[in-house]
Amino acid sequence: MQGLRRTPLYGRHLALGARTVEFAGWEMPVWYQGVVAEHLAVRRECGVFDVSHMGELEVEGPRARELLQRALSNDIDRLRPGRAQYTLLTNERGGIVDDLIAYQISPGRYLLVVNAANRSTAFAWLKEREAPGSDVRDVSAEYGMIAVQGPRSLERLELPPAPSFTFVEGTIDGIACLVSRTGYTGEVGVELLVSADEASALWDRVLDRGATPCGLAARDTLRIEACYPLHGQDIGPDTDAISAGLGFACALDKEFTGVAELRRIAAQGPRRQLVPFVMDEKAVPRPGMSIVEGGTVTSGTHSPLLERGIGLGYVPSPIARPGEKITIDVRGRPRAATIVDKPMYKPMYKPTPERKEGGVGSA
Amino acid sequence: MAAPESYPDDLRYHPEHDWARIEDGEATIGITWYAQDSLGEIVHYEPPQVGALLRKDAPYGEVESVKAVSDLIAPLSGEVLEVNSEVIEEPEIVNEDPYGRGWLARIRLSDPAEVASLLDAEGYRALLSELG
Repeated sequence: MQGLRRTPLYGRHLALGARTVEFAGWEMPVWYQGVVAEHLAVRRECGVFDVSHMGELEVEGPRARELLQRALSNDIDRLRPGRAQYTLLTNERGGIVDDLIAYQISPGRYLLVVNAANRSTAFAWLKEREAPGSDVRDVSAEYGMIAVQGPRSLERLELPPAPSFTFVEGTIDGIACLVSRTGYTGEVGVELLVSADEASALWDRVLDRGATPCGLAARDTLRIEACYPLHGQDIGPDTDAISAGLGFACALDKEFTGVAELRRIAAQGPRRQLVPFVMDEKAVPRPGMSIVEGGTVTSGTHSPLLERGIGLGYVPSPIARPGEKITIDVRGRPRAATIVDKPMYKPMYKPTPERKEGGVGSA
Repeated sequence: MAAPESYPDDLRYHPEHDWARIEDGEATIGITWYAQDSLGEIVHYEPPQVGALLRKDAPYGEVESVKAVSDLIAPLSGEVLEVNSEVIEEPEIVNEDPYGRGWLARIRLSDPAEVASLLDAEGYRALLSELG
């Protein structure tokens, strides 16, 4: 695949026999042994993903906080060093330029982990709004990123339980990395941010500790079961956070780009909402399929855990509730589905009792 | 799970990666090892109706993996006598045994002369080597 970027782990993927695909300009592993086994490894044991294609932006300076508080939807003041938050980069219409995780490294220093496909857009967006005292840098090339996810992930890495959306600068088998209790699978786990030249060594250590290598196909089926939207598919510049069910990441009591429109939508109620659904009949929903009662499928796949078709889609608000029956137009064949609760499965991982108040859970 | 790569000599092959086992004016049809390997784990088989008339080179059904849907191309023309209900219930059988339990449909040939246009195993292997 010519002209595509490769992560520092590309050689490792080939050695493991990965099938690769183009994703957001990168040649990435789509699966190694097979998506079903990889998916189930994450739900039952421990899986590892190369997510080095994700972008990293650093925002630093005495006015970094001010820049991010105006540009991002969530309240950046709720962060302190060692805390991370899910947040949105919004446009004037309340649309979603990108969804990302913001980390406060130290007062006046933040790291943003952005979607691979939006790395240059997000960087340019912030750079345009940069003022003296807030320096935005694209540091993506300096980092590799490895996600270790699953009910046994912390145990395999000998990490103590920690609340989701917290992070520490630590080491795994002597390799320095930022250990973040975050992920995109719905399971407990960590994402490890490591210097690009040590990414392969860290990957090897994680595999030695018994993690199953998992590709993008499993990453997609896992995040759909967990009901996490994918930017560019379920959300984008023309979809607003309220309709997408991301109001929890919008501090509507502060000023940020597009807040007036989001307040209006929140007050009036969105016309349509993003909902998860499970097929009642044998069929695999796919993005772009029509929902007969109104709306469109934005994500769809076969769930290896539930062993049936599942998806996410926008439906008119009056029917956007669990238990509602809908019909998916599967290439001209009407197929019955039911809107369900989020997430679509019950995580196996239970926090240890003494840590329960700490909020350990899936990230 | 997945079967080792093979292209049995007793089958005839269509360039769209379908096989046919021809016996007494009937054919059992399915997809080749290469097709199931490219798709990955098969999770859904949308079969034709029994009694439907398949036209050579035209789509007659679908198989889907987690990532993709693929039209099934009829290697030969004929009437559908039977579809494999075991594969409808457990589509992964196609990956496990593409030429045996993973057959997809059985048809009565409407134009047995079409068989001559299909590839033999050697010809199909040559086609695959061109695909790289």
